[in-house]
Amino acid sequence: MNNKRDKMNKIKIKNAFTNGKAFIGFLTGGDPTIEKTIEYVLAMEEGGCDLIEIGIPFSDPVAEGPVIQKANQRALSNNTNTDDIFKAIEKIRAKTNIPLVLLTYINPVFYYGYENFFKKCNQLNINGIISPDLPYDEKEEILETANKYNIDIISLIAPTSSQRIKMIAKDASGFIYLISSMGVTGMRSEIKTELKSIIKDIKEVTTIPIAVGFGINRPEQAEKISKIADGVIVGSAIVNIIEEHGENAREPIKEYVKTMKDAMSN
Amino acid sequence: MSKGRFGIHGGQYISETLMNELLNLEKEYDYFKNDKNFKKELNKLLNEYAGRPSLLYYGKRITKDLGGAKIYLKREDLNHTGAHKINNVLGQCLLAKKMGKTRVIAETGAGQHGVATATAAALLDMECEIFMGEEDTKRQSLNVFRMELLGAKVHTVKTGTKVLKDAVNDAFREWISRVEDTHYVIGSTMGPHPFPTIVRDFQSVIGNEIKEQILKLEGKLPNTIIACVGGGSNAIGSFYNFIEDSEVELIGVEAAGKGLDTEYHAATIAKGKLGIFHGMKSYFCQGNYGQISPVYSISAGLDYPGIGPEHSYLHDIQRAKYVSATDNEAVNAFEYLSHMEGIIPAIESSHALAHGMKIAQDMDKEDIIVITLSGRGDKDVAAIARYKGIELYE
Repeated sequence: MNNKRDKMNKIKIKNAFTNGKAFIGFLTGGDPTIEKTIEYVLAMEEGGCDLIEIGIPFSDPVAEGPVIQKANQRALSNNTNTDDIFKAIEKIRAKTNIPLVLLTYINPVFYYGYENFFKKCNQLNINGIISPDLPYDEKEEILETANKYNIDIISLIAPTSSQRIKMIAKDASGFIYLISSMGVTGMRSEIKTELKSIIKDIKEVTTIPIAVGFGINRPEQAEKISKIADGVIVGSAIVNIIEEHGENAREPIKEYVKTMKDAMSN
Repeated sequence: MSKGRFGIHGGQYISETLMNELLNLEKEYDYFKNDKNFKKELNKLLNEYAGRPSLLYYGKRITKDLGGAKIYLKREDLNHTGAHKINNVLGQCLLAKKMGKTRVIAETGAGQHGVATATAAALLDMECEIFMGEEDTKRQSLNVFRMELLGAKVHTVKTGTKVLKDAVNDAFREWISRVEDTHYVIGSTMGPHPFPTIVRDFQSVIGNEIKEQILKLEGKLPNTIIACVGGGSNAIGSFYNFIEDSEVELIGVEAAGKGLDTEYHAATIAKGKLGIFHGMKSYFCQGNYGQISPVYSISAGLDYPGIGPEHSYLHDIQRAKYVSATDNEAVNAFEYLSHMEGIIPAIESSHALAHGMKIAQDMDKEDIIVITLSGRGDKDVAAIARYKGIELYE
C-alpha cells in the first residue's frame, strides 16, 4: 500500500529544496481569470520558482493584507470556486512536475469535505496544504485524512511562537513556513524579527527545510534571508504584478521571479 | 479535541501569530476570575458605574393586552451606555489592564459595543480604537461621533461587505499586527477560545439577577426566557444560569430580515450550515464552496453571519430553541412597547419582544415570560422613521 502510494505521488516538496535555496511564489487562483492562473504558474516556473503556492479564494481572508485581499475579491467576482482551481491544476500537472501547495482558509476545505478534498489533491499530485487559520492545536481537524492521502500539512511558525517553536517544528512535514514579522501578508521595507534565533531553535529538532515569508519583495531581502533560511516565499509582490498588468502579466512575472531567484544564488 | 469546546463547536481556529496571546489570556483569565480583589473591583464598577442590578420590570399593560402569560422585561437598556454590552466591556477592559495592556481595540455593528468599549477605555485610561463597517457608520453616524467624543479613534472598514463581519476581520488584522500592548475586546460570545467563555461569564450577571429577582417577586422560576441572538451575548448571559433548570424554556430569536425564504436575513441557526470561521467551529450562513454569505437585518447588531459556539451546542442538544422574527415584526414590537409601556426598546431587543408577543397569548395567566431588553432604542429612532418612509436624519 505504501509503495503504491509512493509511486502515485512521485513529486515531493523536498524536491523544491535541491536546487540551491528555494524560491517559493504565490498567486491567488482565478486572479484575474482561471486560464491566466495556469499561464502564470507556468511563467513562475520558467522564471525559476522551485515550488508554487496557489491560493483558493475566500470571502474573508483574515490573515491577508490589502494586496491579497483584493486578489481574493477579483477571483471571487469571476465566481472562481474550489473545483475551478482543481481543474486548472489538472492542466498545470499535464505540463509540469513542480511541487504545488494549496493555500486555503479552512472553511472552504471543511465545506468540500476533508475526504473529498484530500482525495482530489492526491489524484492531482498536489503536495501540501497551508491553512492560515488552522494552528498546530487544531491540526487534528485534518491530520488523519491528509496523511491518508499523503498530503503534507505545512506548519506556520510566527515571531510570537516562542516556546511553541519546538513543539510545532517537531511534528512538521513538507517545509516550515516561518512568518517573518507581526501582522498580515504584504510588502514591508524592513524585517526586524530576530529570525536567526528562531531558525536555530527549529534546526535543533528537525531537518525539514525552513522557508521565510511575509513582507519579502526586493532582491536584497531575498538574498539576505536566503543566507539564513532554506527558502524564501513571495506572495504580495507577485500578486501586485498581476494587479498591475492584469491579463498581460506573464513576462513581468517571469522577469521578477528570475531577478529574485538570481539574487538568492549570490 | 482541542480546548474551549461546546460539544463539537468552539475551538481556536486562528493565526499562529495570535496563539500565544490566546493561551496567555486564558491563563490570566483563569487567575483573575477567582481573584477576590478583581471580583470586588469589577462588582464595584458594575454597581456604582454601570448602574447594576438592572430592573426586572413587570409589563402590566402588555400582559393585560396580550391576555396570556405575565411578561417581565429585564431592563438592560437602563445600564450606563444603554445596553448589556457594558457588562462584558468592563470585565474585559479591567482584565486587560491587569494584564498590563495599555490599548484596547474592538469591532462594532450598531455602535453599542464600540461606545461601551470607548466608555470603559476612557474610565480606565486606556487607548482605544474601534473598527466599524462603512455601511454601519452611515446607519449609525451618531454613534461614530459619540465614540470620538469618548476619546476613541474610529476606523471605517471599507473591505468586503463593509458591515459587522468585516469589522471583525479588520480588528483581527490589527490585533495580529500589534498584540503586545493591545487587547481585542470581542463584543459577543464568539471568536476563538477563551473569548466565548469570557464573554458568557461577564454577561451571565443578567441571568443571575433574573433568577434572584423573579424568585423574590413571584416565588418561582419563569416558564420561558426570550432574548435576541446575533453573536448571542445577551442571550447566553440570560440563559446561562438556567441551563440546569430544565423546566425553564430558553428561546433565542434571530433576525429573519425580509423573510427566511429570501436572501435577506441573518438567521444562522435556521438557514446556516456547520463551518469554521472567525476562530470557531459553529453554524454560519454560507454559500457554495464555503464562502461566507452577506447577511441582512434592519438591526445592525444582529447583522452577523455566525452565532456563538455555545448557542450552536444548546441548539444541537435541544436545550434552547432558536426561532426568528422579521424586520416587520420587530418594527411592530418596537412601536408596541413604546406606546404601551413608555419604553423604547433597541431594534435588536424588539426581535425578542416580537416573539414574546406571539407566544404570550397562548400561555396561561399563571405562566411567566422574561424577555431581555438588551438595549434602548434611542439609537434606532431615525432608522425606524426611515423604514416607515419618514425622512428623518440625526
